[in-house]
Amino acid sequence: MTMTILRDGQLVEDNWTLIEDGSRDVSSDATSAGRRVIVTLARWGTEREALLSSHTAVGVLVPNTADIEAVYAEIQDRPLIALQFPAFADGRALSQAVVLRKRLGFRGELRAVGDVIRDLVFWLGRCGFDSIAPRKDQRLEDCRAALTELTVAYQAAADAHTPVWIRRRGHARAQ
Amino acid sequence: MYRYDETDRALVMQRVEQFRDQTRRYLAGELTEEEFRHLRLRNGLYQQRFAPMLRISVPYGLLESAQLRTMAHIVRKYDRGYGHFTTRQNIQLNWPKLEQVPDLLAELAEVQLHGIQACGNDTRNITSDYLAGVAADEHIDPRPYCELLRQFITLHPEFYWLPRKFKFGFTGAAVDRAATRTNDVAVHLVRREDGAIGYRFFVGGGLGRLPMLGQEMNAFVPEADLLSYACAILRTFNRFGRRDNIHKARIKIVLREWGYERFRAAIEEEFARIKASVEGEELLLLPQDIERVRAHFTAPAYEPPAQAGAAVTALAASDAGFAAWMKRNVRAHKMPGYRVVFVSLKAPDRTPGDCTAEQFEALADICDAYSFGELRSTYDQNLVLADVPERELREVWRRLNAAGLATPNIGLVTDIVCCPGLDFCGLANAGSIGVAQDIYRRFDTLDAQYEVGAIRITISGCMNGCGHHSVGHIGILGVDKHGEEWYQVTLGGSAGNDAAVGERIGRALARNEIADGVERLIRGYLELRCDEDETFLECYRRVGMAPFKTRLYENESEAAAA
Repeated sequence: MTMTILRDGQLVEDNWTLIEDGSRDVSSDATSAGRRVIVTLARWGTEREALLSSHTAVGVLVPNTADIEAVYAEIQDRPLIALQFPAFADGRALSQAVVLRKRLGFRGELRAVGDVIRDLVFWLGRCGFDSIAPRKDQRLEDCRAALTELTVAYQAAADAHTPVWIRRRGHARAQ
Repeated sequence: MYRYDETDRALVMQRVEQFRDQTRRYLAGELTEEEFRHLRLRNGLYQQRFAPMLRISVPYGLLESAQLRTMAHIVRKYDRGYGHFTTRQNIQLNWPKLEQVPDLLAELAEVQLHGIQACGNDTRNITSDYLAGVAADEHIDPRPYCELLRQFITLHPEFYWLPRKFKFGFTGAAVDRAATRTNDVAVHLVRREDGAIGYRFFVGGGLGRLPMLGQEMNAFVPEADLLSYACAILRTFNRFGRRDNIHKARIKIVLREWGYERFRAAIEEEFARIKASVEGEELLLLPQDIERVRAHFTAPAYEPPAQAGAAVTALAASDAGFAAWMKRNVRAHKMPGYRVVFVSLKAPDRTPGDCTAEQFEALADICDAYSFGELRSTYDQNLVLADVPERELREVWRRLNAAGLATPNIGLVTDIVCCPGLDFCGLANAGSIGVAQDIYRRFDTLDAQYEVGAIRITISGCMNGCGHHSVGHIGILGVDKHGEEWYQVTLGGSAGNDAAVGERIGRALARNEIADGVERLIRGYLELRCDEDETFLECYRRVGMAPFKTRLYENESEAAAA
């Protein structure tokens, strides 16, 4: 069964399969062979070659306690990095996302997974997540709309906003 | 006063509509209790004992007359005719109805008021020196820097879901009037010998269960780097603050568990990385950015003094009530011909910090007529008219007095700091307002208050310490013992330059003993002090706990001896 997710502001069918730790060795698993899989950072560390040889693409799920700068060398060439929200009010992955985008320059797909509710979506978008997998009970169309819930912002995060103190420099000159 | 432009206005208005939709979905059963809890807290709405409480942010304690008139209207229309000023310079309403709160917020937004990030695990309203811009001991006005930081932290997406609440306090004066080191971060504006402005940062303060004062992290962060350094602290907290135990989630716990050196190194490392990246460029404040915000806080159009203090002194001599008020509630101003006037919210038999609709209106009229239309809220739950011409003092007193706002007790024993306690608060273990009123009655006469002199009594109804009991000269903490209200007493706390956490004196006192106990402590001080100039705090620091302990528990020693 495929899931619907938000990618680049649109609702699309997910073409990735998340493989949790504890499931069988996916490198030899017939059901996942040839597919696009997201595996945990721990599994990526131990089964890298086998995973790459048997799958179309491999993304990595990073725990929100990881030092993203320290592990980046291992995952910087991945097409997708997934960050975790064990509870929607646990914002650790928001800092990981901003550092990935703005400091480390990660340009691949950045996905939010876990307890992702509609009211978290706006903040995810601003912190550089271009791929959001809402919790199963969430109304997807509402999640999509939530991305643009507020259109003004004082500061820049990992988004297109220019900080207000920089924008106002132009006004000061005009006066 | 900071004036909104289109961006500020649009942000607050959009925020109201966002919350309106969240409230609608909650009432329709589309949001769980837990989900809505996090959302409403970030809009200032807290569930209390009987009704929701709405906390309204007063940025760095500055209010203007239009806001006061709106507050009068709001408390009549949506509440029971009064609001409550807190120790963090904010205003709380105790009786709004949830379904009306979106409309209430929309009305507040019309006058630049809101509840954004007033509660919840986020960056809270910034507090500051209530004498900013008018104090003679001020070297740099902190308000422009507060405002720049306010813009950075308001709805910052990365720091919107922190492990716990996070508070900033600012000062730019020799005397710390904002209890800055009780905040997670204290920012002291400083000027180096070469004239350069910068910030002395303290981190890790906080009251509550484990009261701690902030420790110096950096003695001089350059003026341009306010936001970068704040970002480094916030990111470190967001990453490493504990999320497994709400009682260990403040940044002070990270500091305690890591130790000072490791903690400081982590902040400095993150600061250096921010500076070296594109973030550093975005967060760098240019001199013009600071000047542009500073222009919002220029001094009002002071007039040269017509006749100086002599006339006022003569008037004072003719009226004892006016004289008492002049002595206690009026302070020097850096501008000749002007005074700072304290408005006491500590009248007899009133809840400390409460302000009625009629008082909001009277204050709006008074500050329009005599203090350039502005008012400030203080850390001690009083108010300040910062720029009153000397020649108008008599009339200001008459009008404040008529409104019940001229009790001449600023800084005295009846100027008690007090949280809402068990009467309102869902967290409280014991009542605090009644205790404050009992103590008040013991020292109701002015002579008794003047005899005691400068003292700060602070009362909290629970460990969370909203009444700042741990930094009171006499601190009182309400606790629950098998369904009864008991009170622990601490001595020697201070929130000023000599900031210290008070020490617990001994066993808790019962509700019917606490006012007697405080009276014995104060009578003990009057016996113990070396002269009339030695304050309670100075006396305690000289003689120590033992003689106070003997006096507090004197009845028990008699009982034990008998």
